[in-house]
Amino acid sequence: MKSTEILVIGGGPAGLSAAIEAASLGAEVTVLDSDLKLGGQLIKQTHKFFGSKEEHAGTRGLAIADILFEELEGHQASGKVKVLSNATATGYYKEDGVVSYVVGEDEYVRIKPRKIVMATGAQERLIPFPNNDLPGVYGAGAIQTLMNVYGVTPGDKVLMVGAGNIGLIVSYQLMQAGVQIVGILEALPKIGGYWVHAAKIRRMGVPILLQHTISEALGDNLIEGALIQEIDNCFKPVGSPKKVDCDIICLAVGLTPTCELLWQADCSMKFVPQLCGYVARRDALMRTSHPDIWVAGDAAGIEEASAAMVEGRIAGLAAAASLSHGTPEEHKERSALYHKRLEDLRAGEVGEKIRAGLCEVCCECWG
Amino acid sequence: MKLIENHPILDFHHEDKKKITFSFDGRKMEGFAGEPIAAALHANGVRTYRITPEMKRPRGFFCAIGKCSSCFMTVNGVPNVRTCVTPLEEGMRVETQTGKGVVAAEG
Repeated sequence: MKSTEILVIGGGPAGLSAAIEAASLGAEVTVLDSDLKLGGQLIKQTHKFFGSKEEHAGTRGLAIADILFEELEGHQASGKVKVLSNATATGYYKEDGVVSYVVGEDEYVRIKPRKIVMATGAQERLIPFPNNDLPGVYGAGAIQTLMNVYGVTPGDKVLMVGAGNIGLIVSYQLMQAGVQIVGILEALPKIGGYWVHAAKIRRMGVPILLQHTISEALGDNLIEGALIQEIDNCFKPVGSPKKVDCDIICLAVGLTPTCELLWQADCSMKFVPQLCGYVARRDALMRTSHPDIWVAGDAAGIEEASAAMVEGRIAGLAAAASLSHGTPEEHKERSALYHKRLEDLRAGEVGEKIRAGLCEVCCECWG
Repeated sequence: MKLIENHPILDFHHEDKKKITFSFDGRKMEGFAGEPIAAALHANGVRTYRITPEMKRPRGFFCAIGKCSSCFMTVNGVPNVRTCVTPLEEGMRVETQTGKGVVAAEG
């Protein structure tokens, strides 16, 4: 059986930040990532990030990933960090603290870490409508992977469902890839994402239909169109459905934290609507109720990648500190810095929802 | 292949990638070595990857991160391969999976 000091599960913005931070204090780290390419959703983002300068505001997501890769490579070269791609964590065994993972489709491996940072990210939500299982109904993240990582044209005409930030950003990205957006549907009476993203799309002539939803996908074996339906404030239909032509229906109706391993580890969990699902209770240093497990990024509650990177730093720092890497002064100084950055990122009106959600799951320290 | 050639921000360097051949349900196709099987199929216009066991519904690409089971196919005779996270190799035999798939008897 393999062993490691700190196992980071997930190689997105949170996981990579955790690995870099822990290694910088001298810890030995193994990163597991289920994808063929590291970087999680960051490598699929062509837009410039908001937030603070420390988290690379004004830099495109994929360029931020490159900055992380460069930092990571330094630690890989020194042998502090080992990265395994195409390696999916499949289970946590609470009897002995062993994590199992599968490399590719058939090589099963067991690893015994001393500490774990769960940075497993999120998965896409679905909404129910007839034919939502037909080929051509894709998650927004899947479309980003196809077009922004592999350069494959996803389709010709896309109907976007959801006008949150992901729906708006992916619509814009589709247009960058030369794909037509027939419209963006939003069930609520207002746009959920940042208006700057919405305005860019409106300027390009794409309709954003508020109080509209998809009532049915059309087609026998492939998507050939969709029926869209206007709805009132109580989500009841108004008038009759209209038919639109499209070959792709893109669902951008939200994400939910990926937390199966946290459940398996018996971490204390709570359903928090503002964080978009079940999340682990944690202390200020992102430690869960399990003394050897930390959580960071979307797995700890759906938020922006900027916050995920800082949470990763905090979790990596705390996990390394628990193994006596670094000095207490270093820990204190870095922790104060990262907490200040998080506070800044979550300040103001946009951070209100996150702050309310975090009140539900954060404790000062475990008793 | 349906590839993005002109993009205001990204350059995919398709011309520098290693082009290989594989088969889909016996048809010869081209794709790039090391990229997901599902992405190569999509670029070749293939949308249906499997047929469900009970309702016999077509399923295709969906999550692209190995989580949803929608893109399970039979690859080199092995069923239930997550084609969105399995790299394409020269000469691979990729087949539409019907139902739960059949594991070839060991010789």
